[in-house]
Amino acid sequence: MPLLDIKNLSVEFTTRAGTFRAVDGIDLTVDEGEVVGIVGESGSGKSVTSLAVMGLLGSNGKVVADRMSFGGKDLLAMSASQRRKLTGKDIAMVFQEPMTSLNPCFTVGFQIMETLKVHEGLSGRALRNRAIELLEQVGIPAPESRLSAFPHQLSGGMNQRVMIAIAIACNPRLLVADEPTTALDVTIQKQILDLLVRLQKEWGMALMLITHDMGVVAETAQRVVVMYAGQVAETRPVSALFNAPRHPYTGALLDALPERALGKRRLPTIPGMVPGIGDRPQGCLFNPRCGFATERCRIERPALFDVDSGKARCFYPLSNSGPGAPLGVEEAVR
Amino acid sequence: MTDTLTETLPTTGPVVLEAIHLRKHYSVKRGAFKPAATVKALDGVSFQLEAGKTLAIVGESGCGKSTLARSVTMIEPPSSGQLLYDGRDVVGRTAAEMKELRRTVQMVFQNPYGSLNPRKTVGSILTEPLVINTDLGKQARRERAIAMMAKVGLRPDQVDRYPHMFSGGQRQRIAIARALMLNPRVVVADEPVSALDVSIQAQVLNLMMDLQEELNLAYLFISHDLSVVRHIADAIMVMYLGRPVEHGPKDVVFNRPRHPYTRILLAATPRVNPALRAERVVPKGELPSPLNPPPGCPFHKRCPYARENCATDVPALRPVDERLVACHYAEDMAV
Repeated sequence: MPLLDIKNLSVEFTTRAGTFRAVDGIDLTVDEGEVVGIVGESGSGKSVTSLAVMGLLGSNGKVVADRMSFGGKDLLAMSASQRRKLTGKDIAMVFQEPMTSLNPCFTVGFQIMETLKVHEGLSGRALRNRAIELLEQVGIPAPESRLSAFPHQLSGGMNQRVMIAIAIACNPRLLVADEPTTALDVTIQKQILDLLVRLQKEWGMALMLITHDMGVVAETAQRVVVMYAGQVAETRPVSALFNAPRHPYTGALLDALPERALGKRRLPTIPGMVPGIGDRPQGCLFNPRCGFATERCRIERPALFDVDSGKARCFYPLSNSGPGAPLGVEEAVR
Repeated sequence: MTDTLTETLPTTGPVVLEAIHLRKHYSVKRGAFKPAATVKALDGVSFQLEAGKTLAIVGESGCGKSTLARSVTMIEPPSSGQLLYDGRDVVGRTAAEMKELRRTVQMVFQNPYGSLNPRKTVGSILTEPLVINTDLGKQARRERAIAMMAKVGLRPDQVDRYPHMFSGGQRQRIAIARALMLNPRVVVADEPVSALDVSIQAQVLNLMMDLQEELNLAYLFISHDLSVVRHIADAIMVMYLGRPVEHGPKDVVFNRPRHPYTRILLAATPRVNPALRAERVVPKGELPSPLNPPPGCPFHKRCPYARENCATDVPALRPVDERLVACHYAEDMAV
């Protein structure tokens, strides 16, 4: 049984312009000790998904799902206080901006110890020692003296390490990292990713890595979920996805990477943009931007079909010869 | 260091912009009873920028990239060193001459959500440079703005819209159009695509390359994304703590990096293709405080190849194997 099991999750926001479905019926599973990468452009619903898992959405966010369970427990049936006992302990989260996610008014030590006090009931010397141990684990030099430092006295990379220390304080079974390295420089990004993967391996912790950076996912994740406009476009193991994408969107995203266009002057682009609040098209959500769209794609919305080693939401998934030649075998894949 | 330029790369075309030993030092107060400290944000940067070519400046935050952009665009004068546009020195010009010179260099900023005035229409954003710098009439200015919009791929009927009605990629097109209104010869682009999604990033990069070809623009392209730089640049300068550590043609630097820092940057860049992933040189530590840079080679504390004399001797930028590099052991680096 997967550690995190989500079936048909939708998140709706009520705005003045009407109801907006940011996440539209996604299925997501994360196994014990697995690294799942969630990629997508801005507006694809990846962050909202992670906040829904954490139970951190505001009151205007309505979460509906057929099933949403963690370690066999139903997250939706839980009371708020039960949920709070889980959040921060068994499911922990690392946010994008380390500078703004830490409270500037309290020392780093206080913020780490707060988690330990609430969830582990530690106090006194044991509490302090555990906090020092955690800072050591995330690679902060001179951890004892850093306990009394305020976030503004540390660099972005150091603050992100503190965030990770807080997140792993109670040995979580699932760590959700939402763009954990986007605000950091590449060398620091490398250090932080290496740290997350090391912790994941050492403790058998599951990691849900949310990012827009294809390179980060390719190097870190075992399985990838590509999201587009609130839906899962494709989900497959990492090497299969990057070697032979099945959904035209994944293919186009990969082609647009400068890394893949060595020797070519112009980069292949995806025309148009991710549909926003009021302009979700009829049929396949990607059809106005897709190079292979047919009449059927413009009318009928595709389901997630089985493709080799995964799923893709497309009537005409790309073939093995790479992007460019869609298979015309919609019957065969069903 | 003398003020004659000994270390330069060979050029092939006309040089529009030349920087010679640019320095920008800031004095920082540390409290009432401590002496003020000096931050050497730029410490001797020299380069030549050719018409129609792109020089990429690469480095982590705090390496002096943005200070370089501010110096080159004359937003702030350098503390010392020379800046020559078409061979004419910027320092010692009269105000009128400065105004004229400023037209030759324009800037595109990182965040298109912050760099466009939300209370102005696209039309007035684009015509403002013309109001200040030309004698054109209202109608002529508007025509120029509409022509420029077509050039950057915006529809002429969008001229009376406000920035919030555009997406991030379209806003960056507006910012590029604004930079081109005065027909500059040099465009300084400070992380122009790092706030954009991958598919939009590709559109903006294509646009920048098309415009460069059409208008023979020289780009000073500041970025931390090495895969973008590899695509768009002709030459590259890697900076560390205000100094260039490696400067050379793109292919030379990317294919045979000789400075340990360049190698670390390349290795740290996440790659989609496993075959392209470089050897695992794991970077140690973080950028030291520019208030208190280490003695000797500024990089030696993080360098996996550092030897004894790296802690004491400052390496000079010197020509090695078709590029300039500031490392004592550049020749020993296996490439």
